[in-house]
Amino acid sequence: MAASETRVLLKDLDLTGPRDLDSYRRMGGYQGLAKCLRQFTPDRVIDEVKQSGLRGRGGAGFPTGVKWGFVPKTSPKPKYLVCNADEGEPGTCKDRVLMQYNPHSVIEGCLIAAYAIAAHHAFIYIRGEFSEIAEILERAVQEAYRAHLAGTNILGTQYSCEIIVYRGAGAYICGEESGLLTSLEGKRGNPRNKPPFPAVEGLYRAPTVVNNVETLACLPSIMRNGAAWYASLGTEKSKGTKLVPVSGHVRKPGVYEIELGKITLREIIADLARGVREGHTIKAVIPGGSSSPILSADQLDVPFDYESVAAAGSMLGSGAIVVLDNTVDMVEFALRLAKFYAHESCGQCTPCREGTRWLVEILNAIHEGRGHPDDLETIQKLFETELTSICLLWSAVVMPVRALIEKFPEEFRTAIARGTPDFSRMGQPGSPVSVLAE
Amino acid sequence: MPTIAEAAAEEARAILHRLPNRHSSSIPLLYLAWKTCAWLTPAALEEIAALTGLSPATVEGIAGFYTMFPLHPRGKYHIEICDNISCYINGAPDLKNHLRNKLGIEFGQTTSDGRFTLDHVECLGNCCEAPCMQINGKEYGRLTVQKINEILDSLD
Ligand SMILES: Cc1cc2nc3c(=O)[nH]c(=O)nc-3n(C[C@H](O)[C@H](O)[C@H](O)COP(=O)(O)O)c2cc1C
Ligand code: SF4
Ligand code: FES
Repeated sequence: MAASETRVLLKDLDLTGPRDLDSYRRMGGYQGLAKCLRQFTPDRVIDEVKQSGLRGRGGAGFPTGVKWGFVPKTSPKPKYLVCNADEGEPGTCKDRVLMQYNPHSVIEGCLIAAYAIAAHHAFIYIRGEFSEIAEILERAVQEAYRAHLAGTNILGTQYSCEIIVYRGAGAYICGEESGLLTSLEGKRGNPRNKPPFPAVEGLYRAPTVVNNVETLACLPSIMRNGAAWYASLGTEKSKGTKLVPVSGHVRKPGVYEIELGKITLREIIADLARGVREGHTIKAVIPGGSSSPILSADQLDVPFDYESVAAAGSMLGSGAIVVLDNTVDMVEFALRLAKFYAHESCGQCTPCREGTRWLVEILNAIHEGRGHPDDLETIQKLFETELTSICLLWSAVVMPVRALIEKFPEEFRTAIARGTPDFSRMGQPGSPVSVLAE
Repeated sequence: MPTIAEAAAEEARAILHRLPNRHSSSIPLLYLAWKTCAWLTPAALEEIAALTGLSPATVEGIAGFYTMFPLHPRGKYHIEICDNISCYINGAPDLKNHLRNKLGIEFGQTTSDGRFTLDHVECLGNCCEAPCMQINGKEYGRLTVQKINEILDSLD
């Protein structure tokens, strides 16, 4: 029997236009928020979310209720809720579906989270390229204000919260939460050292929770149907459903919703995305966005949940699956990935700024037939600096490129062996930049 | 060229009023200046500095950090084609070549008649529609050479 989707977030969604406030409310929308404001204390909301087992959908999978619990209750400073709608991890195009077709689920989620942490400002930081989607969100926010679902005395209660849609302007690093917060402060989006974590010192140095769009969009149904209902979905440690955008060499690319752990990676690709193109075979699969280590074709029977994907040596990440068929040249693919991260490095830390550039330089040489036998060793040495930088961007390129070399070593070795080594490029620190400028 | 204060005083005031911190207005004001002046002229950057209380150099540094902001005039149509992984393995390199040949310019350049500026961009967050591009912010997906030709021909 073919495996199928389990739709909670995408339930009955009409993919032709945004669901307006009236239809959203007819389907139970804002009942979760009403329940929170009228029946629950903020602490009770945090407890419910802890019990639901909801984990962050932005990449790290950190338990959402636990993160909220880190916000110091006694701090005299204002608190802020920030929705991370920067969606920039290559392969990832799931948050956009929620914002585009069900914007009120995101807005209601923001309000529930803001109430739980006693914030009176909720920001939705949306990537600049999503200009049409930002307009949809902005209109939905205005609808919410007019219906007293945002602003002062929400639903006639004592609780007030402003919602502000803030557009980024083209910088992947602003998806990293501390980079996002510096950007929201109106600066260049440079990440900051952690600790202090945003929950303690975030936006304007005040306690701030940053959650992904999908994480927040889970909250309305959790509050309406109860934590136990949500916790009944998924596995012991990976609760609920997950949006999985499947792209690359599949016949039916798209954003699907699955129950965590109840379907394998192979089933998602074969049954939901209809497999690879006629006459081709799967070569490898990226299971959780471009930063997650690639899995080979014989590793696809892994159930799709945080623990199982981690046990297979990768990570669930953003849940974005990219399928590569037998036509892909892994050296070229690694080079393409490295160039992306080199372009997006904010340049604050030497290992990341120089490492990404050197990685591009070396992979480019191998790709162009100028590689030499020491190159793979040099790359491994570069990778030793993995955890020495301010944010995880450097790690986000080390992980996938390391996996590509580990899984397909013969492709790299063959590419090196077929070329004429170019020793002149070593010791010319200026040279990587010229490659990037292409 | 009208200043922000002349063309969009109301909008500028609304931005400054809405955000809890004046510095946070810099990016929304850069968008506003882009809309009113077509590109971020030195005069516009100075005006934003005055409005936000940041130095002109800081404002310029902010504008330069974000790739979307035009620090130089762009063509009437700004074509941005994605060549990140999902688009890359679905034929983006060929489409990039096609665009270069068709327009007769390199990436980063503008046609001499000022109609087209060509850029390649990183993942546009539209990977299930790969290969894809944007023209002046509007999304186009599942591109082929033929589809690109049709799209360009349909522009006035
Ligand atoms: C380089 C980098 C880029 C990131 N990009 C995004 C992003 O585009 N969207 C997102 O939600 N989280 C992104 N994250 C993760 C965020 O830092 C943060 O963990 C997340 O927004 C927290 O939300 P969650 O707990 O709901 O998952 C990124 C992290 C790194 C290191
Ligand atoms: S790791 Fe890279 S992107 Fe992150 S702060 Fe350092 S230089 Fe910037
Ligand atoms: S890779 Fe092209 S839109 Fe994501």
